Amino acid sequence: MSSQPDRNNSVRNGGRLSIWRAAYVVARRDFTAILFSRAFIFFLLGPLFPVAVMALAGSVGAQVQSEASPADVGIAMEGRHVDEMLAARERVRDLVGPALPRMVELERLDPGGTFDAEAYLGGQEGSLAAIVTGTPQQPELTATQGRLARWQGMVALVAAHASSPGAQSYPDVATTLVETSGASQNTGRMRTAQGGQLLLFLLIMLLASMVLSNLVEEKGNKIIEILAAAVPMDAVFLGKLFAMLGISVVGIAVWGSTGFAILTAGGVSLSDYANPGVGWPMFFALFAAYFGMGYLLLGSIFLAVGSLAATVREVQTLSMPATMFQILVFFFASLAVTDRGGWLEYTAMAFPLSSPFAMVARAAMDEAIWPHLLALAWQALCVAVFVKAGASLFRKRVMQSGPRGAKGRRSLKGLVSGMFRNSSTSAR
Amino acid sequence: MATGDFSNHMAATGNLAIEAHGLVKRFDGVLAVDGVDIAVPEGAIYGILGPNGAGKTTSLRMLLGIIDPDEGYRRVLGAQNPQDVARRIGYLPEERGLYPSMKAYEAIGFMGALRGLPLEQGRERGKVLMEEHGLGHAVEKQIRQLSKGMAQTVQLLGTLVHEPKLVVLDEPFSGLDAINQGKLEGLIRGLADNGTTVIFSTHVIAHAERLCENIAIIAGGKVPYAGSVEEARDRIPAQVRLETRNTDGPWRAALPQGARRNGAFWDFPLPESGVEPLLKALIEGEAGIQSLSIERAGLHDAFVAIAGEAAARDMVAQEAGDAA
Repeated sequence: MSSQPDRNNSVRNGGRLSIWRAAYVVARRDFTAILFSRAFIFFLLGPLFPVAVMALAGSVGAQVQSEASPADVGIAMEGRHVDEMLAARERVRDLVGPALPRMVELERLDPGGTFDAEAYLGGQEGSLAAIVTGTPQQPELTATQGRLARWQGMVALVAAHASSPGAQSYPDVATTLVETSGASQNTGRMRTAQGGQLLLFLLIMLLASMVLSNLVEEKGNKIIEILAAAVPMDAVFLGKLFAMLGISVVGIAVWGSTGFAILTAGGVSLSDYANPGVGWPMFFALFAAYFGMGYLLLGSIFLAVGSLAATVREVQTLSMPATMFQILVFFFASLAVTDRGGWLEYTAMAFPLSSPFAMVARAAMDEAIWPHLLALAWQALCVAVFVKAGASLFRKRVMQSGPRGAKGRRSLKGLVSGMFRNSSTSAR
Repeated sequence: MATGDFSNHMAATGNLAIEAHGLVKRFDGVLAVDGVDIAVPEGAIYGILGPNGAGKTTSLRMLLGIIDPDEGYRRVLGAQNPQDVARRIGYLPEERGLYPSMKAYEAIGFMGALRGLPLEQGRERGKVLMEEHGLGHAVEKQIRQLSKGMAQTVQLLGTLVHEPKLVVLDEPFSGLDAINQGKLEGLIRGLADNGTTVIFSTHVIAHAERLCENIAIIAGGKVPYAGSVEEARDRIPAQVRLETRNTDGPWRAALPQGARRNGAFWDFPLPESGVEPLLKALIEGEAGIQSLSIERAGLHDAFVAIAGEAAARDMVAQEAGDAA
């Protein structure tokens, strides 16, 4: 329909909107309605909450860690030996670094005096974790078992410096800085893979549940019958699915550019992180593609589930197993990252629902591109099957009963059995 | 209606906007509609009468292609698949539904877009239609800000915005006050005057009696009668009301069996022999006729005779519920 008069003629002449045009009408309505709703603001702010919680938890954790680390070693020796030990500790600190425990003066003893370290520590007073007694030549360390093992060498090093200040000499070690190593690259790519999987999972779950809420709201508003009477139910299904995909693109664009701006302002660059196997640009492109596939797969399941339910409570009952199953799938894909080249990884790549997660991880870990082309083709095929099956179930079940029937109580058994029964024999 | 009757009826009515035969629908094994036959002539106002739960909504949904029948045949505006002519149909469901956050004219435009009308054109028409129906002040208001009656009117306008050839209204009078019911009746007549076929379901017999030439009575998922209102009324004889000076006498033999005394009056169906033999017998039997009136049966009486007392009682109870 190239022009307005043509379209008007076609309206007068009857016919029906094509599935794609009808889906566009539904998607356009849903997209604009969600985009200009208050809920969308919360949707955009959504990722801030976990980030804020993580930052808060990290800060509190660090505070607790610093408060809860009684790492002081007390020195109880003759006065001059105490001074020698503390001075030696300062010299050794430059050499050893933060692994060296803090040392404090506990008691300056008279010559020949003794100190009962065991009794002092047993009294559980102060923040001392260990006590060094004796002399720098013959130091004695009193502490719990773990700390004895950790600090024995350190105390010996400090005592040696205290015994003969300036006697120890160590050769200078020349250093050469490298960008990465096999070990650090693997670790970094593993982190990228896990981060990518987690982000993908959170995005897909968030959007799939939003599309479900949208459908339930529509059933609650009794609009579904108007849609069902005017356009094919497949188009309603597709329209809703793609509207939420559009919303997610807007969300990701906002979150991505905000995150990029924050990182850039903070002087952080992607080059600070391990380069994914396929490189950052391709990784982002593949992430977007796998997000689309994963969302369409799960979204079609959630929409089909929504078509079976008449109330929010029924939706919760029915979507819970789907959600739990998807969490299991996510764990499975996460586990598969640790089995590179093994049957676990190949199973995760082949199983439609875990395939996007497994392949995002592979994009982070491995350089090869062709497996992604293969996986995307397989996932596209699965998407077509899932969307077709979901739309078919949706069409059959969403308008199954009359107004009173839809409101009435239906047993879970009836709902579930409805999923497997072809209740409509077309008489067209 | 037997198959032969159905075919004859269709042949007699000429072009049909809707023809359906033997529609059957089961939900979870429960029979909701059992062999519905309907023939709606083009340009007619056609009523489907029946109490709630009789199968009206399910029948309409099958005619519209929202759900498929398990058995039977249907043809709507010449198409076997009603969705193939969706752009020429307007449908107002029983359960009214609009997006609460949409503005009124946007809602009308959206409903038009679903039927193939360009969105902007639908919105412009929506504004015009609202002005024409006295809702100009509410054009920019969100649906949630409208009263129930106004929202219903907006939805009705959305049903008509694409100028359909067939308008299907499921319980359109439900929830409207008397004034708005009158306006809706006028609107339906206007549509029919312009050649639009209107089919509506109702449990209020008076609406069908005032508006329709043809009706289908549906009860318990079956259609015991489909045809003209006149034929339905002719199915039961006219009612005679007689007032006499004499309380007894030979004239009593002229009264048919089942005549009921009601004070000074006698009520009974007009005998098949007609009014003249009756009058002659009454006069010769010295009844002393004070008054005698013959009233043609109303659609309510016809409904009772066709669908049964129980269905009629349900209809009256639902009507009373609506009024309350």
